[in-house]
Amino acid sequence: MAYLKKSPWIIHYDASSCNGCDIEVLACLTPMYDVERFGIINTGNPKHADIFVITGSINEQNVEVVKNIYHQMPEPKAVVAVGICATSAGVFQECYNIKGGIDKVIPVDVYVPGCAARPESIIDGIVKALGILEKKKEEHKKKEEEAKRSTTPA
Amino acid sequence: MMNALYALVYMILAPFIGGLIAGIDRKITARMQGRVGPPILQPFYDVLKLFEKEKVVVTRSQNFYVLCYAVFMVFTGALFFSGGDILLVVFALTLSHIFLILGAYAANSPYSYIGAERELIQVMAFEPMIIIATIGMYMVTKLAIPKGSFYVSDIASMTIPLIAFLPGIFIGLVYVFTIKLRKSPFDLSTSHHAHQEIVQGVTTEFSGSTLGRIEIAHWYETVLLLGFVYLFFSWSPVIGIIAVLLTYLLEIFIDNNYPRVKWQMMMKSSWLIALVLGMVNLGLLYYVKGV
Repeated sequence: MAYLKKSPWIIHYDASSCNGCDIEVLACLTPMYDVERFGIINTGNPKHADIFVITGSINEQNVEVVKNIYHQMPEPKAVVAVGICATSAGVFQECYNIKGGIDKVIPVDVYVPGCAARPESIIDGIVKALGILEKKKEEHKKKEEEAKRSTTPA
Repeated sequence: MMNALYALVYMILAPFIGGLIAGIDRKITARMQGRVGPPILQPFYDVLKLFEKEKVVVTRSQNFYVLCYAVFMVFTGALFFSGGDILLVVFALTLSHIFLILGAYAANSPYSYIGAERELIQVMAFEPMIIIATIGMYMVTKLAIPKGSFYVSDIASMTIPLIAFLPGIFIGLVYVFTIKLRKSPFDLSTSHHAHQEIVQGVTTEFSGSTLGRIEIAHWYETVLLLGFVYLFFSWSPVIGIIAVLLTYLLEIFIDNNYPRVKWQMMMKSSWLIALVLGMVNLGLLYYVKGV
């Protein structure tokens, strides 16, 4: 059944952003946009989260942090890169401390452009990620079954 | 025979009622904040989703502890609704929480440690009031039964209203139920709203189906606690159910109006309330009613 779609919990991480996109992500939780009506909860815990919403670009110091959060999330999971810095590092591309967009470190499923990204487009991006989550669930199931088949003798 | 049937009905229906209460709770909370809020069935979607997720385990034993927590919570409720000894109910309730605390300690992470410590403090803050409440109920049964009784079945079949004799204890109990229902001024050990402070506290290291089990156990607990509230009004089922609903509404109201306090405040205030309201109530019963 498609319960993943009905209750996506997000974890939100601010890589090196100016905080603009960050504030827009939090704006989604306010009464104005109220993403909880879709069952979306902002958890602070990667182990409870289904969708990793990340703003800002990757710099040399947060590489490990981003990887760590991503690997702590249980399958199936999706990553949404919010804002132009997260998608491609934007105007900071040439900076000495910037590695680039989020996809330089972890696989990104949805790119939400904008500087700062509007709450409407962030919600749109998260809803898009829900479809991807469903697909990933199927893939994950297949993988698990294959792993089972290979370990149990025929 | 009837008692076993009540226990069975509780075991089957409590998760549905508890989940529904949680859903209505979230809806009312959202409306109080001027939001639309999630669908009423949202808690069920959440738990069913958790069972679909990958099982990530830090330590093997932690899942066993959580299973014990859930089993003992169901056992506690079944004991209560089958009309068993209320003292045993209180001890079994504590035991089930101890298992949750052990699970959080077993996970070996700083945040779940903080959560476990705080959960321990919560149990300590909760315990005196509920013990005083059971003694109060026992003293009131003495008015009808010569030797008195600690059995829930005897307390529930009283024809005199318990609330008339135990108003102080009732207020104190509602106060500490805020702790057990994980409502806002006292949601110290785990909460979705405290994630900048303790991530998720006790439940930090639990994910997937294990977290689902914790959630279901909490629904069982909610129904059990509301059963406690009902006991005060059991002479009239209609008034009893209205009182239960009003009490829960009050808890939602408190949840939305008060920020989380420090553990010192929770500890001091709940012991003070237990001491003042609880003991004064017991004393009055003793001197005025002579029980």
